[in-house]
Amino acid sequence: MGSLKIENVKKAFGPVEVLKGIDLEVTDGEFVVFVGPSGCGKSTLLRVIAGLEDSTSGRVLIDGADVSVTPPAKRGIAMVFQTYALYPHLTVKNNMALGLKQAGTPAAEIERRIKIASAMLSLEPYLERRPAELSGGQRQRVAIGRAVVREPKLFLFDEPLSNLDAALRVNTRLEIAQLHRRLKATMIYVTHDQVEAMTLADKIVVLNAGRIEQIGSPMELYNAPANEFVAGFIGSPKMNFIDGARLGETAKTIGVRPEHLTVDTKSGAWKGTVVHAEHLGADTNLYLDCETAGLITVRIFGVYNAEPGSTLYATPDAAKTYRFGADGKVLK
Amino acid sequence: MSTATRSLPRTIGAHAILLTYTAIALFPVILVVMNSFKSRAGIFGAPLTPPTTKTFDLIGYTTVFGQGDFFHYFQNSLVVTVASLFFVLLFGAMAAFALSEYRFRGNTLMGLYLALGIMIPIRLGTVAILQLMVASGLVNTLTALILVYTAQGLPLAIFILSEFMRQVSSDLKNAGRIDGLSEYTIFFRLVLPLVRPAMATVAVFTMIPIWNDLWFPLILAPSEETKTVTLGAQLFLGQFVTNWNAILAALSLAILPVLILYVIFSRQLIRGITSGAVK
Ligand SMILES: Nc1ncnc2c1ncn2[C@@H]1O[C@H](COP(=O)(O)OP(=O)(O)O)[C@@H](O)[C@H]1O
Ligand SMILES: [Mg+2]
Repeated sequence: MGSLKIENVKKAFGPVEVLKGIDLEVTDGEFVVFVGPSGCGKSTLLRVIAGLEDSTSGRVLIDGADVSVTPPAKRGIAMVFQTYALYPHLTVKNNMALGLKQAGTPAAEIERRIKIASAMLSLEPYLERRPAELSGGQRQRVAIGRAVVREPKLFLFDEPLSNLDAALRVNTRLEIAQLHRRLKATMIYVTHDQVEAMTLADKIVVLNAGRIEQIGSPMELYNAPANEFVAGFIGSPKMNFIDGARLGETAKTIGVRPEHLTVDTKSGAWKGTVVHAEHLGADTNLYLDCETAGLITVRIFGVYNAEPGSTLYATPDAAKTYRFGADGKVLK
Repeated sequence: MSTATRSLPRTIGAHAILLTYTAIALFPVILVVMNSFKSRAGIFGAPLTPPTTKTFDLIGYTTVFGQGDFFHYFQNSLVVTVASLFFVLLFGAMAAFALSEYRFRGNTLMGLYLALGIMIPIRLGTVAILQLMVASGLVNTLTALILVYTAQGLPLAIFILSEFMRQVSSDLKNAGRIDGLSEYTIFFRLVLPLVRPAMATVAVFTMIPIWNDLWFPLILAPSEETKTVTLGAQLFLGQFVTNWNAILAALSLAILPVLILYVIFSRQLIRGITSGAVK
């Protein structure tokens, strides 16, 4: 109860093609994250799924039924927006109740669902307040509650954490993960933050410029990126890309993640000068300017003392080095 | 303003400028109101002094209420102004919503066409309008005035309101659509309350020219039945003698309704600004 299939969906705004043919299948109960840089079409794709935007061509099927002409309210979906989008003139309770009232749900049933949802999201003390009297985190929980009470087949989240501060973001992320586990509902979650994607997703869809670059579990994307874009997008700090020619390699580009490099003061593959060191406690990021490889980032677990200006040798883990061809695709 | 950002000379300077401007702006109004309470001799003898016990006279007001059907003229003005205002705000907001919310062929062109009315005065079309009204049998009806004023007010209303409606969060409207609200409900319940300050501004801009207009009442509805206050006041303006007492009294009275409407809208303005928005 809650599968989604997208077949060759294209969307153009005037002459600008924003989605260039998206194919995707989401099975019931899956947590799918769309991730990609700002402006790549994530929200547009989500709005097409919701029915808020018509696709230029292609089909969207929810539970096997083509919903191309079904209005958003009848698609069995619920959506949570980045800006919360709560009705400013209604109390928290009525914000949650509005959609159900519109659908003609009996009052007792509405009451029951609001009770469950507000308990789940610790919203009971605020039910009679208006959105203006709530903090950002509370508002987003109300927005999530408004989605939960509809008991949709499909939850759609559009960057729900982007307007929250860092600490709240982690908490709310946890809440969404728990919500998914408890409701076992299908969820589609849009974000530009790869950390959110990695921590929440069963399946990540990496989008770039209106195209799907790769679909896979977080670990698949991390361990076996299909191309340079995915390799650079997943993982933090970002993968180092080194011009193959400089290393005497046949591949166009060599990629190695900062955590797959080791450093030594005496010997190693690439000799370099420490440009800057970031001490994060649990790990240390070193920026090395190497003679052959250029500027690279090295991530060392634990504390490592390196003075800027000192010389260090970096060595990549050969088993975890990626080779990319001229088209950006991984070479086997 | 915090103490840190306040400087005494600047405060004095700003207040001096504002007070001077207020005095200049209010001077004619005060002069009219003041002299409306004076006898004819008082008005001409010392036009700049407030009424004294010697010059105080209500003759102007008694003339106004005695002669002509001034209460009726007031009613006409009020009906025309309020009805026109209602239609300008309603249709203006609806058109603005359509222009800002929906993508359709000719959207930009339509917006430009509607904005054209801001630059071309409607009075240029007086002859055609009169012919139209004669043909449709609307001469000497308030309906004629309401129609013309609605047309006159719409361009600016649409221009201002569509700019404001573009700023209303599209997430909010989309949330409404997902909850199954109709486009009308989204417009009336979600969008309109959020653009209330803009509506108040448009209302004030629209209302004053309508209330003060002499041109269209004179041409389209000069009958006794449909006279507005500004037209009615002409009664006392003779070719050879002018009844200044009555004119001043009529003008003073004419200020009142606009003042009341203005107070209502400016309260809306402030309330709109302070009400809780989306974020
Ligand atoms: N209503 C619209 N009209 C025209 N262009 C749009 C509209 N909505 C989005 N776009 C364009 O589509 C592209 C993708 O937008 P969006 O899906 O919001 O990106 P994302 O959510 O990935 O940041 C952007 O370049 C944006 O300018
Ligand atoms: Mg977006």
